[in-house]
Amino acid sequence: MSFLPQIIFLIILIASGFFLIKRVKFLRRNILLGTAEIRNDQPEKRWKTMLLVAFGQQKMFKRFIPAFLHLFVYVGFLVINLEVLEFVLDGIFGTHRLFAPYLGGAYVAAMNFFEFLAVMVLISCLIFLIRRNVVKVPRFTKPEMKGWPALDGNLILCIEIVLMMAILKMNAADQILASRGVEHYVVVGNLFFSGLLHPIFENMSSSFLIFVERAAWWFHIVGILAFAIYVTYSKHLHIFLAFPNTWYSNLNPKGEMENMPVVTNEVNMMLGIPTDAPADPPAEIGRFGAKDINDLSWINVMNAYSCTECGRCTSECPANLTGKKLSPRKIMMDVRDRAEEVGKSLDTGGKGFEDGKSLLGDYISKEELNACTSCNACVEACPVNIDPLAIILEMRRYVAMEESGTPPQWNAMFQNMETSFAPWKFSPQDRFNWAEKVKEEEIPN
Amino acid sequence: MSTYKVPTMAEMAGKGESPEVLFWVGCAGSFDDRYKAVTQAFVKILNKVGVSFAVLGPEEACTGDPARRAGNEFLFQMQAVANIQVMNGYNIKKVVTACPHCFNTIKNEYPALGGNYEVIHHSQFLQQLINEGKVALKGGGEFKGKKITFHDSCYLGRGNNVYEAPREVIKALDVELVEMKRCKTKGLCCGAGGAQMFKEPEPGRKDINVERTEEALATGASAIAVGCPFCLTMMTDGVKNKEKEAEVKVYDLAEMIAKDMGI
Repeated sequence: MSFLPQIIFLIILIASGFFLIKRVKFLRRNILLGTAEIRNDQPEKRWKTMLLVAFGQQKMFKRFIPAFLHLFVYVGFLVINLEVLEFVLDGIFGTHRLFAPYLGGAYVAAMNFFEFLAVMVLISCLIFLIRRNVVKVPRFTKPEMKGWPALDGNLILCIEIVLMMAILKMNAADQILASRGVEHYVVVGNLFFSGLLHPIFENMSSSFLIFVERAAWWFHIVGILAFAIYVTYSKHLHIFLAFPNTWYSNLNPKGEMENMPVVTNEVNMMLGIPTDAPADPPAEIGRFGAKDINDLSWINVMNAYSCTECGRCTSECPANLTGKKLSPRKIMMDVRDRAEEVGKSLDTGGKGFEDGKSLLGDYISKEELNACTSCNACVEACPVNIDPLAIILEMRRYVAMEESGTPPQWNAMFQNMETSFAPWKFSPQDRFNWAEKVKEEEIPN
Repeated sequence: MSTYKVPTMAEMAGKGESPEVLFWVGCAGSFDDRYKAVTQAFVKILNKVGVSFAVLGPEEACTGDPARRAGNEFLFQMQAVANIQVMNGYNIKKVVTACPHCFNTIKNEYPALGGNYEVIHHSQFLQQLINEGKVALKGGGEFKGKKITFHDSCYLGRGNNVYEAPREVIKALDVELVEMKRCKTKGLCCGAGGAQMFKEPEPGRKDINVERTEEALATGASAIAVGCPFCLTMMTDGVKNKEKEAEVKVYDLAEMIAKDMGI
């Protein structure tokens, strides 16, 4: 028996492994372009959040139909990958259905379950394609989805459909060959779903069926490896990043905005309040707020890479619903695209952050930032706990404190607050006038 | 017969007394004509029930919430630190407020600046009073049996997970509480949060408050209940925009309770 297929398989496996590691390093570096932030408190709560939200798909079920379909694709992905383990071992050792003899009846049951999942994944992906392209669910047709994002979504669904078809085709050809007693093939038992395909293959010659089976086998395993690499270029990264992303969720009340200790020190100094700040301030004071991705926390950038562009945030955003330019999903896509741009530039000896561009202005406009009501609908809607609001508010801080670029009406509000201690222009002496009337009224019995 | 009392912290401190709770009135509660009525209604309830409370009066200043949300962290912290100095000076332990923005800021954001208090929203305070039997509702008031819908404020609901207290207060009035299509965690903003109250909206197809009001009107409710001064303004404007002000009223929870108590 020739070892050639095994050698080719090993080369493909090692090459894709190397490439995958390179890609993962690139993504990790891009995420760490963000500033350092330690968020390791309450580990028990973090594990629980990850289990419920990422592993348990809890927030997906706010919308039942897509959640149900997505659950099949998700469980299919997790479970069918067990079979991939057998694929890889078969590929390396030149064996066929390595686990079958050891597992006996359990193997037949497992194969039937895998086939059932494969069929459900296939059906779910078909429905997803219809939702995107025929029914045109509004959240998939927003402006930020034009071009690559739409193609990316469709490609992933098509790849998954083709991969699932390969499994079923392979099992069908495999079992016909086994029933004919062809050497190397083992009778697994009754496989229901691929059994339905038997009529298509039954009249074909054994040599052609071997070709079909082998082609499907190679297609499936090479397809999976290629898909793993493709994922690193696509919005589909959520399949891995959803887990760390939910672990690093913001556990504070959603209404709370993070304090800026740098400002606290200055305010305390101005008011003559003793501070615990070091006597000599750091030589280089960073920017106030965020102009580019290196002003954001690495968690914000990881959020961006975890986004699968489902658009649930945007479809709940009051600004977007009423036709404003703001789309929380676009904010996340912009952060990711800018991180990619800077990362690629740094890798090719380019200017990196000094390319004359920035997240603010070149990707996200003030009009978008200014439209946000900070209502947290986007944060609540995200199935993997992404926080677009944190980014919007950090960028508003940059606009207000570094550029003094807030809208004139906000500047007037600031002025009122400084002079009258209220956002409106009223005399602070009149603040208690409301009580005069009520103080004269008698309390009825 | 005695009149309503509105003691200030300064007066109380002068007498060597300290109240159980500080009623944080907020800027809208102090200056906005419509919301002043809510402040008055809440003060009347506190008087009637005999809660030991005080206000800061002229010593109160904006919490800084809109400045922070608009990006001006310096101004926010100047306001916050000044307020915290005043409140800590009076050794305040517990705060109640009728504004979810003040509630959120004092509760969640003042601790990082040295202000640690137990903060509750007036919907929670009213719920407690009702549960304790301190507020005796007649249940036969003008709301009895009517359809009422409640609009969730973002900084009360999603911001701080307070969804049930305001609903319990409304239900205590013996009314039919009807929910809007988007409610609780999915509630739609009135359009005023994040400092939007203080500027015109960005260009778009529609104003957010109109969208929300249409949803409220679709429930067939005869009154829209709110628990936030900004929501009150936005929903009232929305109802006017739809020319329904004769049929549908917008009330704060405290006003509804005060009305039922006949005060």
